Amino acid sequence: MDVILFLIFATIAVVAAVNVVVQSHPISSAISLIGVMGSLAVLYLLLGAEFIAAAQVIVYAGAVMVLFLFVIMLLNAGTETRQSKSETAHLLGVPALLVFALLLAYFIRSQPDSGVHFGGFTGGSAQAVGRALFTTYLLPFEVTSVLILIAIVGAIVLARKEI
Amino acid sequence: MDPSTWFYAISLIKILVVFGVLMTTLAYLQWVERKVIAHIQVRPGPYFVGPHGLLQPLADVIKLITKEDLLPPYVNKPLYLAAPFIAVSMALLSISVIPFGPEIDVFGYHTYMQLTDLNIGVLFVLAASSVGVYGVALAGWSSNNKYALLGALRSSAQMISYELPLSLTIAAPLLISNTLSLRKLVETQGGNPAHAGTLWNWNLFHGWQWIGFLVFLISAFAETNRIPFDLAEAENELVAGFHTEYSSMKFASFFMAEYANMITVSAMAVLLFLGGWVAPWPAEYGSGLVPVAVFALAGLIAVYHGLHPARRRDRFSLPAAGLVFLFIAAAFLAPFTQSWLLPLFWFCAKTGAILFAFIWVRGTLPRFRYDQLMGFAWKYLFPVAIVNLLATGLGVALFG
Amino acid sequence: MSQVPLSWFLVLSALLFALGVAGFLFRRNIITVFMSIELMLNAVNLSFIAFAYQHKDVSGHLFVFFVMVVAAAEAAVGLAIILTVFKNRATLNIDDISSMKD
Repeated sequence: MDVILFLIFATIAVVAAVNVVVQSHPISSAISLIGVMGSLAVLYLLLGAEFIAAAQVIVYAGAVMVLFLFVIMLLNAGTETRQSKSETAHLLGVPALLVFALLLAYFIRSQPDSGVHFGGFTGGSAQAVGRALFTTYLLPFEVTSVLILIAIVGAIVLARKEI
Repeated sequence: MDPSTWFYAISLIKILVVFGVLMTTLAYLQWVERKVIAHIQVRPGPYFVGPHGLLQPLADVIKLITKEDLLPPYVNKPLYLAAPFIAVSMALLSISVIPFGPEIDVFGYHTYMQLTDLNIGVLFVLAASSVGVYGVALAGWSSNNKYALLGALRSSAQMISYELPLSLTIAAPLLISNTLSLRKLVETQGGNPAHAGTLWNWNLFHGWQWIGFLVFLISAFAETNRIPFDLAEAENELVAGFHTEYSSMKFASFFMAEYANMITVSAMAVLLFLGGWVAPWPAEYGSGLVPVAVFALAGLIAVYHGLHPARRRDRFSLPAAGLVFLFIAAAFLAPFTQSWLLPLFWFCAKTGAILFAFIWVRGTLPRFRYDQLMGFAWKYLFPVAIVNLLATGLGVALFG
Repeated sequence: MSQVPLSWFLVLSALLFALGVAGFLFRRNIITVFMSIELMLNAVNLSFIAFAYQHKDVSGHLFVFFVMVVAAAEAAVGLAIILTVFKNRATLNIDDISSMKD
């Protein structure tokens, strides 16, 4: 059951991620990226990260990607024109792909097989995350709030008419 | 039967019942809305299909199903087809975590009047509603029509903006109740049978939470694209907004999504602020007799008017309705129904009151201008929601 | 076999990250390039969550939380920059936006 669930959502994630890269229209890429995020949220849920799964859908799929979609619609971004193929890409890309595949294969074989049993970890509740956030990670948390403030100011400055 | 078979069987029955009731409510909410708006504007409303237009929803459904399903040639086909599906499925998804009542006994098997209780229930509803934005946005974009695109842009900007005050006001009662599970949320407001609650245990009357409740309601109006915030489908400027190019059942799915969202948001308001299925005062002081009185009174009035009919057609329909109401009143008195019928009554009554407010406002207020709408969200609602959250946090920290 | 090896999650994460890198390098539309960055961040998040499971420790979730916050801030600023660039140059092709190089 666990394997089946993993395979289903991993397949969706990979197919959607490939779609993000190969689709020529930004809207299609954005929709595929939402698909990746959704299936990752399900995998998070299966790994016991229920709060992060909800945050993934609310923050990533619900806010960040809507922003992307909004900008794409606003700018009326059209399909991308294909570039001429470069020689260096072929020369470097094919060996790089092979190395990557070999590394993955080595990785799968050499890893001591510690199984993931879904439901085996339930420490990812909102309560646990909140407790860690406001005790161990209080300083980073406060720093992120400053970061967000900077981002808000930056976005407003950039969105002014004069620039 | 072993417990897991029981579990599946009961869950399936619950799903079927909730789905059936929800679909009927969606259809009849439209009828109620037309009737209420009509009476606000001093006209009779739907009247010809069935007694007092009661079969109008059925006629509407038949009309919508049998209409020609147009597929404009210039649309982006996959997204155009997916958009109404996304909208309606995300709207219906949130219902699955809404509790309608406490734990009940079905032939010796304990179950909750709720499809499933997630311990991140509130976040689940928020997530479903934030994904629902895509239905509107994609519908507008894929239609390849400037009115639809403008409507979609407006609506997605509006929904993102109003989601912030909505989430912030949701957070305040969560701080008080200290849980994310919708069922526990109600239990902390007095749904626990150990200490039967009163009105004053509700989050609404917890300090200044009525401010949060007001902000929640206003944001909810905007979040569901209702008048006075229905900029996304402003008929006189944008034809019909994002669903201009939709016809037949695809058009109907957007309507279903809108009404399902209304029901979800009203139910959330009830669960967060109004104590869910808890009666306003304990049953020892006769709160259990309220539904009996209400239905009996309605039945007697209907019977009386049926005996002195103003119109010929009322002669049979009104006494029949009156008898149905009297029968329901009697059902509330039966001892074996009280445990589940009373909570259900209070939940439906509260949700219905908020739904009525939705319709009432639609009949009363004009539409905002777009800049007023965004300015209102960011300059007034957002600061109020933040201050409310901070003050609530401080209050909870100081007074527990 | 009812258990998923942890390495599968890491392989999935690596695949997604590689796809993100590929999109980042191959695509010319600045918005798609930006989305590829988001894809890479998501891939890393999956590793964090998988390791959090492995160590039965909630800290991994916190890292993901911070990554999400940073991604949201980045999206707000980045999209504002994209809007400004588009306003000034009327193009979204990153090859045409190279005035700092010239």
